[in-house]
Amino acid sequence: MSLLDYFRISKVASASLAKERLQILVAHERSSRNQPSYLPQLQKELLEVIRKYVNVEQDAISVNFEQDENQETLELNIVLPDSQR
Amino acid sequence: MARIIVVTSGKGGVGKTTTSAAIAMGLAKKGHKTAVIDFDVGLRNLDLIMGCERRVVYDFVNVINGEASLNQALIRDKNCNQLYILPASQTRDKDALNQEGVGKILDELKKDFKYIVCDSPAGIEKGAHLAMYFADDAFVVTNPEVSSVRDSDRMLGILASKSRRAEQNEEPIKEYLLLSRYSPDRVRLGEMLSVDDVQEILSLHLLGVIPESKSVLNASNSGMPIILDEKSDAGQAYADIVARYLGEDKPHRFIEDKKGFFGKLFGSK
Repeated sequence: MSLLDYFRISKVASASLAKERLQILVAHERSSRNQPSYLPQLQKELLEVIRKYVNVEQDAISVNFEQDENQETLELNIVLPDSQR
Repeated sequence: MARIIVVTSGKGGVGKTTTSAAIAMGLAKKGHKTAVIDFDVGLRNLDLIMGCERRVVYDFVNVINGEASLNQALIRDKNCNQLYILPASQTRDKDALNQEGVGKILDELKKDFKYIVCDSPAGIEKGAHLAMYFADDAFVVTNPEVSSVRDSDRMLGILASKSRRAEQNEEPIKEYLLLSRYSPDRVRLGEMLSVDDVQEILSLHLLGVIPESKSVLNASNSGMPIILDEKSDAGQAYADIVARYLGEDKPHRFIEDKKGFFGKLFGSK
């Protein structure tokens, strides 16, 4: 591979890399934009309830809302702490 | 019926004020009575780009506060008698603009003007919000660059949910993409997002591509909207954009790198 090729490849990569990163980011931000407004409050209250029973971290819980043509899905994910201690 | 156009982007420095000045002048030169309003309270600059900075007596906030009439504050452009400028205030009071006051002024302008161009400040604070709130059409100025594209998408979300049309369940704001500071040669080398890339990401109707051009700085240096520089490619790009917005069928230009070997050798104009 010549030096010229090296520069050419790195240049080709940058615009397509930008596109790829933006597509992922924009899709993610758009989906969170359509989330119902009660979601942060729901997340906060759920965390309070769970903390009554298990000592979890603030970021141990995630609430995801997804929407497609047929259905809306509310996904709740709680990471429990290591139980050996 | 008057139309309110907001020129917006989210990100700063992409060419909102340059675009506002150019399209307002373009619409006025086509014979439509046009007003262009600077919403960037505290950081007034449209007056400089339009070359009327020494004629500012009253401003937008004076009119809202009832300290001056709209006619006293509007500055008639020196190049085109169909064009009027309403400068922003230099106050540091963040709450100088309010929705009711802005709404009243726009209603008054609508009686007399065909187009009202609102030059939005950068960001998503109050000034930007008020600039887009009453809009019928949005010109989203975007650079082929990651942060600008992302911020434009964010603005699209705000246009679709926080505008008067959205709140009152009316027909949504018509959104147009203006891709500025475009370098076809860098796109060809894979160094810059192409117009197709940006359109694919934002899914917006393309109103026009404005090529990166030295003439833009020359125009702002001399306080002449770039569209008056009919020889420059950026000026021609804005003229095309105005024509397309008014419904004329103009094929897109400045997307392909058409310069020959010598053009490349000696750089762009």
